[in-house]
Amino acid sequence: MAGVEVRGLEKHFGDLRAVDGVNLSIREGEFVVLLGSSGSGKTTLLRMIAGLERPSSGEIYIGGERVDGDVPPRARGIAMVFQSYALYPHRTVFKNISFPLEAHGVPRKQIEEKVRWAAELFSITRYLDRYPRQLSGGERQRVALCRALVRDPKVFLLDEPLANLDAKLRNTARDDLKRFKRQIKTTTVYVTHDQVEAMGLGDRIVVMERGKVRQVGTPQQVYEDPVDTFVATFVGQPPMNLLELADPSLPPRTLVGFRPEHFLPRRAFAAGESLRPFRFAVRRVEYLGSDRYVYGSTPESSNPYSTVIAKLPATVALAVPEGETHEFAVPIATLRYFDADTGLRRRP
Amino acid sequence: MTTRRTIADREDVLGVLMLAPSLAYVILLVGVPFSLAILLSFSNASAGSLRFQWAGWSNYSAILGDAIFLRALRNSAVVTIGSQALVVVLATAAAQVFRATFAGKRFARFVLLLPWAVPVSLAAIAWTWIFDSTVSVINWTLKAAGLMHGWLYWLGDPALALLAIIIVQAWRILPFATVIVLAGLASIPQEVVEAAIVDGAGFWRRLFQVELPLLLPVVTVAVLFGVVYTATDLGVVYILTGGGPANTTQVLPTLAFQRGILGADLGQGAAIAVFLLPFLIVVAIAMLRVARRAEIGAR
Amino acid sequence: MKLKRMGLYAAALGFMVFAGFPFYWMLITSFKQNRDLYVGASDVKHIPWIFNDPPTLEHVRLLLGQTAFPRWVLNTLLVVVAVAVITVAVAVPAGYSLARLAGRWGERLGMGIFFTYLIPPTLLFIPFSRLVALLGLNNSLGALILIYPTMTIPFCTWLVMGFLRSVPWEIEEQAMIDGYSRLEVILRVAPRLIMPGILTVVVFTFTLVMQEFVYALTFLSSVEKMTVSLGVPIALVRGDVYHWGSLMAAALFTSIPLAIVYNLFIDRFIQGFTMGAVKG
Repeated sequence: MAGVEVRGLEKHFGDLRAVDGVNLSIREGEFVVLLGSSGSGKTTLLRMIAGLERPSSGEIYIGGERVDGDVPPRARGIAMVFQSYALYPHRTVFKNISFPLEAHGVPRKQIEEKVRWAAELFSITRYLDRYPRQLSGGERQRVALCRALVRDPKVFLLDEPLANLDAKLRNTARDDLKRFKRQIKTTTVYVTHDQVEAMGLGDRIVVMERGKVRQVGTPQQVYEDPVDTFVATFVGQPPMNLLELADPSLPPRTLVGFRPEHFLPRRAFAAGESLRPFRFAVRRVEYLGSDRYVYGSTPESSNPYSTVIAKLPATVALAVPEGETHEFAVPIATLRYFDADTGLRRRP
Repeated sequence: MTTRRTIADREDVLGVLMLAPSLAYVILLVGVPFSLAILLSFSNASAGSLRFQWAGWSNYSAILGDAIFLRALRNSAVVTIGSQALVVVLATAAAQVFRATFAGKRFARFVLLLPWAVPVSLAAIAWTWIFDSTVSVINWTLKAAGLMHGWLYWLGDPALALLAIIIVQAWRILPFATVIVLAGLASIPQEVVEAAIVDGAGFWRRLFQVELPLLLPVVTVAVLFGVVYTATDLGVVYILTGGGPANTTQVLPTLAFQRGILGADLGQGAAIAVFLLPFLIVVAIAMLRVARRAEIGAR
Repeated sequence: MKLKRMGLYAAALGFMVFAGFPFYWMLITSFKQNRDLYVGASDVKHIPWIFNDPPTLEHVRLLLGQTAFPRWVLNTLLVVVAVAVITVAVAVPAGYSLARLAGRWGERLGMGIFFTYLIPPTLLFIPFSRLVALLGLNNSLGALILIYPTMTIPFCTWLVMGFLRSVPWEIEEQAMIDGYSRLEVILRVAPRLIMPGILTVVVFTFTLVMQEFVYALTFLSSVEKMTVSLGVPIALVRGDVYHWGSLMAAALFTSIPLAIVYNLFIDRFIQGFTMGAVKG
């Protein structure tokens, strides 16, 4: 087991800076999620750690040893699960899992034991004689995880392993991953664009955009303490409301942010809570069962047409008819302030 | 615009109409002659008249007792297997070389493709010139390099002539096979190869345990076509040796031509040519298997 | 790394030499003077691979002026055009029909038609010789124009089928919703979509006709009727002597346009050969 450290890492493809100066320190045993949309550089970063791409500049350390020179992937002590799982179609599941062990010259008896151990962990023992094309997407993912597991690597690298599964499968697959995380406790770097996945799995989340790291923190930190407007709106569904208010008590060019779940009808709050009131002209209500999403606008915003969203849990049973203006409020403690020009967080 | 269904809408009718000429051609001008060829092998027919006399197995017994025929049969097998074995090895190697990028690759590829592009007969005549016993460039090069002490009468010696034929066949099929293998290599998903790299497989293990097995269907197709092109080829042998010296390098197609067309004995010619069929049936079955496996494995 | 790179270049060079030296040989033979050409190979002092005497155009002049080569070129082009027209007219609608209109069994039938490509000329030429004699087409280009499509139609039908698989059928269905009948779609909308496929068919036919030898040998006997592929190796003799210089010049001139064309279209052909097992 080992930590991963990345210093000043850059990768250029011609004029494109796919990874633009990343510094990252991943502790031993940590499960870190690289979160970002496509083009953010998260996959490129992962591939450089794996040794599948050579950095344009910078250093990579795995377990304290420098690897970015000419150390090939097989010598880095890593295992990787690809987005497409990349199973060997012409080999049985057993032979897929045993392949890395064969490549490292492990004796046959040991291979047999290790493969069975990994297969049992993921309950795929009965598939060992089948071929990948006979398995479903979720089963293939488990085979890919076994193959990664079986070598006792120092670091696990996973590249959007749930992206190819349909929504229903994704939930069960995510549980598999959580179990994987609990039992293995190896340093893991996980790439995804799905922030729900990131929040659910990561010990820490690295939010990336256009090759740069925007914020590193626990899910709680990233959610409640975003460092700029990008992180604030990227994490959280629905995204944080950001408004420029016509409020003289605030410095000019300030954006005020509050999360939809904190934006409730005034009467829903207990008396004595310090609140910031808003008049909320409701345009549309979406009833989603456990929540109601309310879309509207507030006249206090300097742009009266920008949409503001409120997320009402079913426990707040107050009626919010469309077409009317209601009294809503946000607890002052949950307000976040950002500079309208740079997007950076302003702490009062 | 008419609103009723007319013939212009009837897809089934249109479909049949559009397919009909092609089917007619194939049935009338391939299927019928094919059956005719087999029928003729059982007849005494000659090219001159329309006479068709049933001759039973006499043609077959005649050729099976003919030493020249048996030699031709053996030669066909030797040339086909020998040249294709060579092609498989060379094409796989060439594909590895040509999948990398290097300066002048486009020109190199152009040159590599030349033997396949040039008409068989023209290539054959060029090689005849190259193997000519008096002025052979190969002999000169070997002698100048100090590798040869006697003299190689390429086209005059039965064994050497057969070797020459094998070389020419391998030479002309190589580009075709290489391009097919290259396409096959390109179709191997990159992530599977990367997974092998990450799993720790070095170059040779990757090649033999991951890439080649995945290439098998493609290589099989290349081999099958190569077998068909070589076994049924008339041009190379006809021009290079004419079947000589003294009928020692006859192959089935040239013998069929000699007996059936030049000798006007259609029955015997057909019987000889029929011996090509086993080759082709095996090839067709193997190809069907490959096509079916490609369908299943694709998902 | 450096060593591997050098090895790569060496191997590439090796393959190039193996594939290309006959063409280099063709090239210099075409332009070498006779006294530079007909020197016994046992004379190690005379290097055949280079021009020992200045190059000459006499072989080319002989070829173009005193042989039937120009005639053969014309014959060949005539056959190419005729066969191309027939093939396009027959194979393209057939391929369309199998790909779009025939449903499940379309694939099977298409494959069946493709397999007739495997039936070799060296089996069929026997019954064909009878047929050609019956039709009175002996020693005429008409025989070739009739017979060559038996080779081009099977492969090209398959090519068009494969090509259509990559053209989205929604465009045609959209046209039918917009008001065209299927027939109108075939006549007006489809051609623009299939044009690259049609082009490939024409090119394939061109290469096949240029390369074909067996049927030409079987059906053509007089020199002025010959095609290039037949005439050059068989009829470029004066008396008993092969004029190698002119022979090689003819071979060279024929090879170059074919090679260029091949390079441009090779990927399409490969798709046809591998029956879609490989996405080109």
